Amino acid sequence: MRQITIPGEIIASGDKYLPGEGTEKRGKDIVALKYGLMEESNNLVKVIPLSGVYLPRRGNVVIGKVENITFNGWVVDIGTAESSFLPISETPRFVSKDGLEEVLDIGDMVIAKINEINKRGVDLTIRMRGYGRIEDGMIIKINSNKVPRVIGKEGSMVSIIKDETKCEITVGQNGLIWIQGKSVEDELFAKKAIQFIVDNSFVEGLTEEVKKWFEEERK
Amino acid sequence: MTAKKSENFQRPDGRKVDEMRPIKAKVGVIPNADGSAMFSFGDTVAIAAVYGPKKMHPQHLQDVEKGTLRYTYNMMSFSVTERIRPGPSRRSQEISKISQWALEPVVMIHKFPGTVIDVHVSILQANASTRCAGINAAALALAHAGVPMKDMVSSVSIGKLDKQLVVDVSKDEEDWEDGEGATDIPFSMTSDGKITHVQLDGKIDAKQLKEAAKLAREATKKIYEIQKKALKESLEGKDG
Repeated sequence: MRQITIPGEIIASGDKYLPGEGTEKRGKDIVALKYGLMEESNNLVKVIPLSGVYLPRRGNVVIGKVENITFNGWVVDIGTAESSFLPISETPRFVSKDGLEEVLDIGDMVIAKINEINKRGVDLTIRMRGYGRIEDGMIIKINSNKVPRVIGKEGSMVSIIKDETKCEITVGQNGLIWIQGKSVEDELFAKKAIQFIVDNSFVEGLTEEVKKWFEEERK
Repeated sequence: MTAKKSENFQRPDGRKVDEMRPIKAKVGVIPNADGSAMFSFGDTVAIAAVYGPKKMHPQHLQDVEKGTLRYTYNMMSFSVTERIRPGPSRRSQEISKISQWALEPVVMIHKFPGTVIDVHVSILQANASTRCAGINAAALALAHAGVPMKDMVSSVSIGKLDKQLVVDVSKDEEDWEDGEGATDIPFSMTSDGKITHVQLDGKIDAKQLKEAAKLAREATKKIYEIQKKALKESLEGKDG
């Protein structure tokens, strides 16, 4: 098990270490600033937070729910403090100003990418392939801090689940996950697998554990 | 210290002068909050819930340079023997402000401009030192909520009963009437012993105040270890 850090705790000492995310250098020591797990690679020490609200970043792929339609776009709830906005100009095809609800109606779930973060809030885009309205499948919500665990190193974890469950899975950085399978049973199985990863997110060698879990479940 | 020596000084509950009441700490007590914690000194029980960072509303309260820490201290109407009127009072507003100042030096609010971090502290049971229990619970809850902090804050009250200094004052001791009477001095400190908050109403000389700070430094170290343990155990408990 990895070392748990608490704010203000000295987690590494000496000149060879470099402070990464969630840490600070104080004299010769690397001090944790967040409650989470310590990770060290190539002398770079960082803290992986386990809790906290989702903080949007440019380029993140997120899943949200259309909350409102305005004259020039949609207001989408992506789980952040402020609502985000998807302007009409960021859609792949031409949309008439009278037919906004035909593209996305209130209550629709949508996959989008964060285009820009400015003073007013978050701007989204669905211009590229793979973005847009979600038609079928299942959406589950997890803590946004566990998303890197579910995706794994270069998508290794999510591709294991995809292969094992035969489901299409899209992970939004805000913690919403879209599962699309051939049957509801497959989707529920994928959901169970993701839940297992979330519950064991701090275990070292999680990829191996997940493979073992799948073998157990297959019996 | 002439009249009473520390060796034969009797505290109402029989504790040693540098002994705190039994402490309990737990994180994750409120599932709906972003972070939460419970902290108790004997019969004094405080729970804290943290929400945010979230957008500050109304907009005119927004600070464009740094975030805001908003601390609300509230005593439940059933927390004391005689029912108190629920809702904010002059006393609770003052304690909210003081506790906010005790935590502001460690919480890195400058990372979240235009937002607010809400800390709600409720006192479920009161037997003196409620603000200290509240600050301890709030520091735990802030850490649990994943808010970046420079350090933890631990808080303890030092009492001066007549001429004797004691750690962690209880209600019986707060009402001490012999000799010079009781003086209550709450201290909040970071883990390396830097003071973020001191309050004092009563009489104490400079030399004894230094001694009180020393006692508080030792006591907050013990509290810090308990807070650390509570945070670490909440994760280890999940290990299957």
